Amino acid sequence: MTALLRPDCLVLASMIIPLVAALVIPVFHNRSNLREGVTLIAAVLLCATVWSLLPGVMAGKPPSYDVVEVLPGVALAFKIEPLGMLFGLIASTLWIVNSVYSIGYMRAHNEPRQTTYYVCFAIALASTMGVAFAKNLFTLFLFYELLTISTYPLVTHNRDSKSMSSGRLYLMLLLGTSMLLFLPAIIATFVLAGTTDFAPGGILAGKAGTTTLIVLLALFAFGIGKAAVMPLHFWLPAAMVAPTPVSALLHAVAVVKAGVFCVAKIVLYVFGLDSLSGSGANVWLVYLATACIVGASLIALSRGNLKARLAYSTVSQLAYVVLGAALATSAGLLGGALQIAMHAVGKITLFFCAGAIYIATHKTEIKQLDGIGRTMPFTMLAFLIGSLSIIGIPPLGGTWSKWYLALAAADAGFLIVVGALMVSSLLNVAYLLSIVGRAFFLPPRPDDDDHGHGNGHGHANGHAEGGIHEAPLACVIPLSLTALGCIVLFFQIDNITALLAPAAAGK
Amino acid sequence: MTAISAQLPALQVVLPLLGAVLAALMRRGTPAFALTLAISWTLPFISGALLYQTLTGDPISYRLGGWEPPFGIEYRVDVLNAFVLMLVSSVGAVILPFAHRSVASEIDEDKHAWFYCMYLLCLAGLLGIAITGDAFNAFVFLEISSLATYVLIALGRDRRALLSAFQYLIVGTIGATLYVLGVGLIYLVTGTLNMHDLSTRLVEAYAVYPQPVLAGLAFIVVGVGLKLALFPMHVWLPNAYAYAPSVVSAFLAATATKVAVYLLIRFSFGVFGKAVAFPTLTVTDLIVGLSIAAMFVGAAAAVYQTDLKRMLAYSSVSQIGYITLGVGLANQAGLTGGIVHLANHAIMKAALFLALGAAVYRIGTCKLNDLSGIGRRMPLTMTAFAIAGFGLIGTPGTAGFISKWYLALGSLEVGGWPLLLAIVASSMIAVVYVGRVVEVMWFREESPHVKGASEAPLAMLLPILVLAAATVYFGFDTRATAGIATRAAEMLIGGLR
Repeated sequence: MTALLRPDCLVLASMIIPLVAALVIPVFHNRSNLREGVTLIAAVLLCATVWSLLPGVMAGKPPSYDVVEVLPGVALAFKIEPLGMLFGLIASTLWIVNSVYSIGYMRAHNEPRQTTYYVCFAIALASTMGVAFAKNLFTLFLFYELLTISTYPLVTHNRDSKSMSSGRLYLMLLLGTSMLLFLPAIIATFVLAGTTDFAPGGILAGKAGTTTLIVLLALFAFGIGKAAVMPLHFWLPAAMVAPTPVSALLHAVAVVKAGVFCVAKIVLYVFGLDSLSGSGANVWLVYLATACIVGASLIALSRGNLKARLAYSTVSQLAYVVLGAALATSAGLLGGALQIAMHAVGKITLFFCAGAIYIATHKTEIKQLDGIGRTMPFTMLAFLIGSLSIIGIPPLGGTWSKWYLALAAADAGFLIVVGALMVSSLLNVAYLLSIVGRAFFLPPRPDDDDHGHGNGHGHANGHAEGGIHEAPLACVIPLSLTALGCIVLFFQIDNITALLAPAAAGK
Repeated sequence: MTAISAQLPALQVVLPLLGAVLAALMRRGTPAFALTLAISWTLPFISGALLYQTLTGDPISYRLGGWEPPFGIEYRVDVLNAFVLMLVSSVGAVILPFAHRSVASEIDEDKHAWFYCMYLLCLAGLLGIAITGDAFNAFVFLEISSLATYVLIALGRDRRALLSAFQYLIVGTIGATLYVLGVGLIYLVTGTLNMHDLSTRLVEAYAVYPQPVLAGLAFIVVGVGLKLALFPMHVWLPNAYAYAPSVVSAFLAATATKVAVYLLIRFSFGVFGKAVAFPTLTVTDLIVGLSIAAMFVGAAAAVYQTDLKRMLAYSSVSQIGYITLGVGLANQAGLTGGIVHLANHAIMKAALFLALGAAVYRIGTCKLNDLSGIGRRMPLTMTAFAIAGFGLIGTPGTAGFISKWYLALGSLEVGGWPLLLAIVASSMIAVVYVGRVVEVMWFREESPHVKGASEAPLAMLLPILVLAAATVYFGFDTRATAGIATRAAEMLIGGLR
């Protein structure tokens, strides 16, 4: 028994726990309490498992597990380096919160196909852990594809023609880019470097000329469609048709986050920071990411649908991570990695709020939110905190990532980028705080009653008495917790940088 | 015991041949099925023993009737054909339990025993082609398997099955004729029919009579190309697979074209390779070109099919393109990819055809729209279908990825970025045709046909699940597939020098 608790076996357990949950959940498909119980137990177990791996990584003894050598030089293998540790911690912790929220949301909504939903969610989490802990490009690619396939039923959860066509776009774009660009890049890397194992300093260092590096970087940056680097970002707003907890999963926990994580990990361990920045092959990606940051912010500003605005905000915010990777300096990578964590907690808060608003009032458009802060004060307070963290205002976690990124850009001599980051922050203020402003300071609109169908009486109550009408507790508690998390992360920065330092130093 | 083990090469062919005769004497289906099952489950042990011997020692040479080669017929088993024997006999063993109910529901009762007779005959022919070391003997077995195949296809319950069988008969006969013409030409210039002997004698003959030797190669490549459905000689295949009984489609897709590809590999590398320096010939470029055309045309045609058996058939045209691409690349990694895809595609395609066969058994149709929502009614069968479908796409974690990996490495070795792109781009089309079906099966409302359908019976379900599990298993443990294919490719490439 104790042998099973060795760190090396726990690495494997972090994938097996959610997979076992995915097998057990269908058994209880007619007993929803047990079914959701399985999800929650698995989430807690997974979280505990992943946290228990942290001391080893901090001590510089990364747990690893080689499962099988699939082909000569290509193995299914896991090894936890600091970047993956951070991503794993974030994803596994947020799964618990998201599960609680899912239960509240799906039940409040009487959604059909809940068993499929929880099964796919669990598989998606297993894939995310695989992506986080992959030791080499093959393992990374395997779980990357599994993540796409397992989230497809979630995106198409409603099964109507709109969600089916969005799902088709989702699948084709993500599978397409990964097969047409990502896979050739992996094969070319294997041919050039003779291995696909991630190694500090980069396996391509000294193995390829500048032109080859540019081509490979482009293949990776666009091949990882999940990173939503413009112009391959449009699947993400389309995937907004899914239920809100799924959007939260896509944006904060798994999919997009896994995408930018892959980009960062590949820059760090395949290209190597010094060899990439030394070759100059990264400059185009710095500018593209910057353009993406500002461009997506502008589009977000023009969107009147709450979830669509948040979606473009994600495109913009996650380009920060790509930017950090593209700068290929220690500070840049540190900023990018921090942004993975900070954005996750901030954005999941915002999506939880959007879902809570939808459940309580069936409102989806921003202009309907006038005065909603009076009936949903907790939700909108959390929304405020999440927004401030995304913008990067102390004392909230988002401050640090923006700080390190601006520092890194200035260090590397990209002054335009520094300017663009500031412009983007202002745009963030404009498109996020305007929502909070409406909610708290404008009077409720009298003419939007026709949107209250399905929940009409509660809504009418809210109007008549001006009392509090929040979403179910199972929704409000998670979003309060994640809002709190934004604050906690601000003060935990020393611990996080201590974890990331060896990776950022290129060791 | 040793007496038997020495006779294993002969038993590999004689057992199913004798079985066919016995089955022909039977009147009822069930005893014929039992006999076929017993034989089918014995054959993998024989080929397993042969494979083990060739992997651990030298190639096995068996003199049929005790006549010395090159005068008598020699059965010669090396790593390559032991691998093919293992593949054919294992697939046959796995899918046979499926046959009993499927045949009972699709074929008239008085023809059941005949079906098993023809099935065994076909199996004997295919194993014979793979095992023999004699070029003319291979022709004889080619005809045995082909004649049996025509009958098997014609047993399909759709009346168009007859026409398809006739079409295949014409094309197949032309193919066999071209093959035997090619064999005749090289016999004229060398005076031998033994493949091993030919490979050395052709070196001298090529120096004296280059044109006849090359013409012989051309006849054989085209003749075998017809049998393996190399684009654009594939036109017979979609009809044949679509209208044949379900279990026959699965069996043929998994074995018949594969054995023909084996002949192509054996002749181009083993027999002619040394004499004409096969990798340097223009014909390799031609094969690469045709393979790429097959990969795209087959996949694109598959997208437009509404009959799913037909769709799988066009997908086979595309997948055979991957295999022959490996042959055309003619380097170590490419050839390994081609050979490993022989096995991987056989496993995946058998799973897919059987899953459809199970659907036909339950609801009587395999039109795309009739199958909508069937995933919830037959969850295990259709999960297996989806897994094997992902294999066709080449998703990592399935056997299909392994093949693609080697082919991609082989392409890059000859400096072929465009080739690499062609491989990944054509697998994108596979995403479309597989994804479309999976979407309809799992995410659509149930069609009236599907209402009341239930999971396939165990004897049909087990083969499907075994094959789907194999698709995943061979995506991770590749010792038995890529490992042996690597050794076979090493042997073939090494034999060129």
